[in-house]
Amino acid sequence: MVALTISFRIRTLFQATIHVVSSEILIEIKDVNFAYGRRPILTGINMTIPRGKVVALMGISGSGKTTLLRLIGGVMKPTSGEIRVDGECTSALDQQGIYRLRRRMGMLFQFGALFTDLSVFDNVAFQMREHANLPESMIRDLVMMKLHAVGLRGAHKLMPAELSGGMARRVALARAIALDPMIMMYDEPFTGLDPISLGVIANLVRQLNDTLGTTSLVVTHDVQEALDVVDYVYYLSDGKMMAHGTPAEMRANKDPLVHQFVYGEAEGPVEYQYPSGEYAAELKLGARRKASPLGGRHAA
Amino acid sequence: MPHRGMPTVRSIGAKAIDNVLRLGYAARFIGLTLAHSGTSFARPGLIVRELYYTGVLSMIIILVSGLFVGMVLGLQGYQTLTTYGSESALGVLVALSLVRELGPVVSALLFASRAGSAMTAEIGLMKATEQLSAMEMMAVDPIARVVAPRFWAGVISMPLLAAMFSAMGIFGGYIVGVVLIGVDEGSFWSQMQSAVDVREDIVNGVIKSFVFGVAITWISLFEGYDAPPTAEGVSGATTRTVVTSSLAVLALDFILTSFMFSGA
Repeated sequence: MVALTISFRIRTLFQATIHVVSSEILIEIKDVNFAYGRRPILTGINMTIPRGKVVALMGISGSGKTTLLRLIGGVMKPTSGEIRVDGECTSALDQQGIYRLRRRMGMLFQFGALFTDLSVFDNVAFQMREHANLPESMIRDLVMMKLHAVGLRGAHKLMPAELSGGMARRVALARAIALDPMIMMYDEPFTGLDPISLGVIANLVRQLNDTLGTTSLVVTHDVQEALDVVDYVYYLSDGKMMAHGTPAEMRANKDPLVHQFVYGEAEGPVEYQYPSGEYAAELKLGARRKASPLGGRHAA
Repeated sequence: MPHRGMPTVRSIGAKAIDNVLRLGYAARFIGLTLAHSGTSFARPGLIVRELYYTGVLSMIIILVSGLFVGMVLGLQGYQTLTTYGSESALGVLVALSLVRELGPVVSALLFASRAGSAMTAEIGLMKATEQLSAMEMMAVDPIARVVAPRFWAGVISMPLLAAMFSAMGIFGGYIVGVVLIGVDEGSFWSQMQSAVDVREDIVNGVIKSFVFGVAITWISLFEGYDAPPTAEGVSGATTRTVVTSSLAVLALDFILTSFMFSGA
């Protein structure tokens, strides 16, 4: 009861003054293009993320997943097109507007990105101290609740250097949900974890989404773990949206590109070898050196 | 047909444009730092914490170096002054050398090596490990939260460290000149007291160390913030901090000295 009251108060603090759009769609991306200079990264991206769902954004390394996540977070602006988060167009917002929006977002970085000079407790309390004028006793209770949710209440005095990779990821998750965000974004949350930690994090993504009533966007290329916990999948390749559907639809997808990715096959449209000259010529075995660009897609 | 030397000229031009752009970026960076300093002053705890890391932790190297520099000054000064029978002016020589020049300059060089490089490495690593990005995603401005407190801590620390260096140096000169060699203690202190002017010598020394503090801290923070997020990038930025800061201190010292003491 106490926990519910405190959680309600926190939500009220951050959301009472914010215009809430009563739409089923939380994030809407329309015809988004993005390029670094002349190099296109994303082309003609369209996608919608409904409230309360866990959506995965998948694709091989270098396909533009993290860039899309940064565009949604307002870190960068699209070259053209529109991204709406809770009804607000991110490219139309100024710095204050972006910061106002980000207070309702949580993000888990690939390796946690914990502040190494702060303890576990202070890491989780960071946003509360920065954005909320709460008494220290209430901050303590909230931090303990968040750490308890990820199973690390007993580790609150430890420093980030004393944590294992999986623990650091869970502390970062507790920090990301500190202000009960309306959307949680996960950037490669399963990378570099042992199987047990990976399973724990995957289940936490699902449980926290359902318990807190948030919406989750998971950027990942760990297919099987993600397909077990998400509601819907978007598949990106070379900056283009190639396929989307439920996990079952993605598993049954006959598109060679999607099939190769979902089942992790070496042979397929995504080539393992980077374009190069003739192997024999490279080893100076007498054959004439002749360039033979292979073209097509390549695993980064 | 392009001349054979064109690529070299082009690369020199590209480097020059790159450096000018970087200078502009650095100017914008210090402007943003000053504009976002409100948070630091509203929450002095942030500056106090950084004062510990930049100032207090630099004290050992500053005090020990000051002692040895003062002792060498006492020894060398005594040898030279004896030639003219003016060994009683040893206190003046030691004090003026330290307060006007060696105190601000040597402590600035040590500060750049000890605290400046640490600031660059820390911020560079924070960038490489996405801590700054995480802060931005939490709607916390890293310039206001990370850079500005360190900047003001550096600016405050530098004159205090220079003063400590000079004080310790004078003590070192006293140990060698008076205690070990036997220069008259009364002459040592009284001549120093009458020859050292607060406005002309001490205030000018403090101004110098303040300017050095601004330059070193600005360079250190900018190099860290601008460092490529790789191990090589951070190590290169740390090296650049020490080299650029040292050269900036020496150049600024010449400029300031020519303005402050040219009429003396």
